[in-house]
Amino acid sequence: MNLWNQKSNKKVFLLFAIMSGALLIVGFFQSWNLMLAILNLCLISAVMSLGVNLQWGYAGLFNAGIMGFAALGGLAAMLVTKAPVIGAWHAGGFGILLGMFILVVSAILAYFVWVRLEGRGKKRYWYVIFIVVIGYIISRFVLGPAIISIESFEPSSSGYLGGAGLPVLLSWFVGGLLAALVAFFIGRITLGLRSDYLAIATLGISEIVIFIFKNEDWLTRGVKNVTGIPRPVPYEIELQSSIWFQNLSEYIGIGVIQASSLFVKLCYTSLFLSVLLILLWLCEKALNSPWGRMMRAIRDNETAASAMGKNVTSRHLQIFVIGSAIVGIAGAMLVTLDGQFNPTIYHPLRFTFLIWVMVIVGGSGNNFGAILGGFIVWFFWIEAEIIGNALVQILTLPLSDSSSLKEHFLNTAPQLRLLIMGLVLLLFLRFAPRGLIPEKTLSKLSK
Amino acid sequence: MIDYINAITLLANYIIVPSLAYGSQLALGALGITMVYAVLRFSNFAHGEIMSFGTMISIFIIWLFQSIGISINPLPTALLALPFSITATIILLLILDKTVFRYYQQQRVQPVTFMIVSVGVMFFLAGFIRFLIGTSKKNFDDGERFIVKASQFKQMTGLAEGLSIRTTQAITVIVTILLVTFIFWFLNKTRTGKSMRAFSDNEDLALLSGINPERVIIITWILVGVLASVAGTLYGLDKGYKPFVYLQLVLPIFAAAIVGGVGNPIGAVAGGYIIAFSEAFITFAYKRFLTYLLPKEWAPEGLVQILSTEYKFAISFVLLVIVLLVRPTGLFRGKTL
Repeated sequence: MNLWNQKSNKKVFLLFAIMSGALLIVGFFQSWNLMLAILNLCLISAVMSLGVNLQWGYAGLFNAGIMGFAALGGLAAMLVTKAPVIGAWHAGGFGILLGMFILVVSAILAYFVWVRLEGRGKKRYWYVIFIVVIGYIISRFVLGPAIISIESFEPSSSGYLGGAGLPVLLSWFVGGLLAALVAFFIGRITLGLRSDYLAIATLGISEIVIFIFKNEDWLTRGVKNVTGIPRPVPYEIELQSSIWFQNLSEYIGIGVIQASSLFVKLCYTSLFLSVLLILLWLCEKALNSPWGRMMRAIRDNETAASAMGKNVTSRHLQIFVIGSAIVGIAGAMLVTLDGQFNPTIYHPLRFTFLIWVMVIVGGSGNNFGAILGGFIVWFFWIEAEIIGNALVQILTLPLSDSSSLKEHFLNTAPQLRLLIMGLVLLLFLRFAPRGLIPEKTLSKLSK
Repeated sequence: MIDYINAITLLANYIIVPSLAYGSQLALGALGITMVYAVLRFSNFAHGEIMSFGTMISIFIIWLFQSIGISINPLPTALLALPFSITATIILLLILDKTVFRYYQQQRVQPVTFMIVSVGVMFFLAGFIRFLIGTSKKNFDDGERFIVKASQFKQMTGLAEGLSIRTTQAITVIVTILLVTFIFWFLNKTRTGKSMRAFSDNEDLALLSGINPERVIIITWILVGVLASVAGTLYGLDKGYKPFVYLQLVLPIFAAAIVGGVGNPIGAVAGGYIIAFSEAFITFAYKRFLTYLLPKEWAPEGLVQILSTEYKFAISFVLLVIVLLVRPTGLFRGKTL
């Protein structure tokens, strides 16, 4: 067992060393700024794939709604940090609260009726539908005018309710909590489904979440974006004008402007890295605990596990909520890094399926694998642009520089990153389905 | 009386005609997904991109024909390009089957693994298509645009409401009827179709009775290629071709297949129309409709709209989730292929 551990640790170490080397090459040959930008997003991707790895690697749940949870985390980052728009609250805050209250009451009532009428056949459906429809219509009467008055309050600068004006680091917790809360309800209704239906249902729900964010302007400003989300780290301008920083940059020997931008990115890196390490530590603890073994037992044989008295559905719900919460934290971190909340950036290819590629390439069921996958896949997602460009240059060599075909392919070359990702995923599934750092299995442990 | 006719014309113009066309496109797509599901037993996430691939080939052929001056005015050139795009899509699917899907079919992997494989294919095709044709929107509906224009209709009938039928809408419905009839005839009347149904019902039993599984799978991919390229081209003809949209289109198509009952071709076709009509009925503003029907003093003030039009796409997802929860086997349960 000891021997195996040493060997596998060596492999993990080697792979991470290669990854760091690749990042260093970017730093030396392209720019340190770009290298840190890639690294920061690598860290966020690693957090996301850690969350997905919990769901897929530990429990075998195919959650195709990662995009939705990342967006929920982002929404939390925006709602926690932005200052409230007092005028909008005066204009329609009460209406919104009342409307939400009506919706919640009708939902609770519907749930109550649903439970009470258990086993009464078709009647159950009609009562629930009736309650939901009536609740929706009443709430529409209250919400409609409130939304109009909020959205017409200074529409060019606000036109939404704003947030709570609290510190930005708090929003990462809130992002996790919000994603967990929504995951709880989604999990309650979808986890009974067969694996591929679960994927389709979660994919659909995440699309609905994005639709809501794009269209409910009173909450999110819709496609008008919320910019200027406060930072947990200093601003470049402040650094450039402070004496100590000018001295520091002189001491190191790089220009103040470049130094400030590097410094800010490094601050983010250390924040993200600490979040990642804390989560990794927790996940490792969980994986090697009785709880983790139970999870894998359920994944490998649901029937046997439930015969042993394990409550499969509620364990699934638990891990679905925890994994989604981690994705929510990552979503909040991403919005913090961008400094803006823009619901149009959420595409399923980038925010759901790419994370899946990370988990599978890295090694599902292994936390270090998931993190490594997050790093490698994001690195290539960015650098694929350069690779794609080079590829097109080589392929179009026989064409003259002014040829319109060459121009067209140079324009569309960035799309090759999708093709490369697909190829990588297919090759891994075929030839190394357990990923770069495979899960530690019991049979190997005992050798 | 005239008010009633006006109200019905209004519905026909804004709901019935567009939904019939959109529903036909969804039905063809859902039929393709359902066939893959019935025979190969997995949910094919790459189906949208396969449709997109067929459409792209159609557009290339149309550009070629237009540049050398071939057209079948007043019909759109797309009809002429269809046989070529069908062939290309079938070739693509057979290559994919040989290089990717066959291995997993022989390993008899779990449906989830198969689904992740289809995600890989989706990525690959998405990149390939966008690399070749770019991401901008392309319209390729040449030929006569309208069969009946709203203004002509008003002149002819003297009604206050107009009814317009676009050529692409009519073509969509006609082609769909022909293709669906052919598929049903093939599945129910031919020997090959029957062997496909047997294979889908019980694979082991079918193998025992001497059905060649390779042949069944190849025929399935051929039919899927026909359905996908026709569905994609018709959708692009009607609404314009944009690669991003085809990724989004997978969900309403899945919704249609599941609402009807996955693996059931009748259900897939019905599901397509159910999704299209419910999208239209739920996002339609009933103000003018009610103004015609109700007495003057009852005429509504607001738009009388259940959900705003931006949520059109979301409705299919909601329906999908509801059906999955309430009746996961779909409306037409108990019958596959």
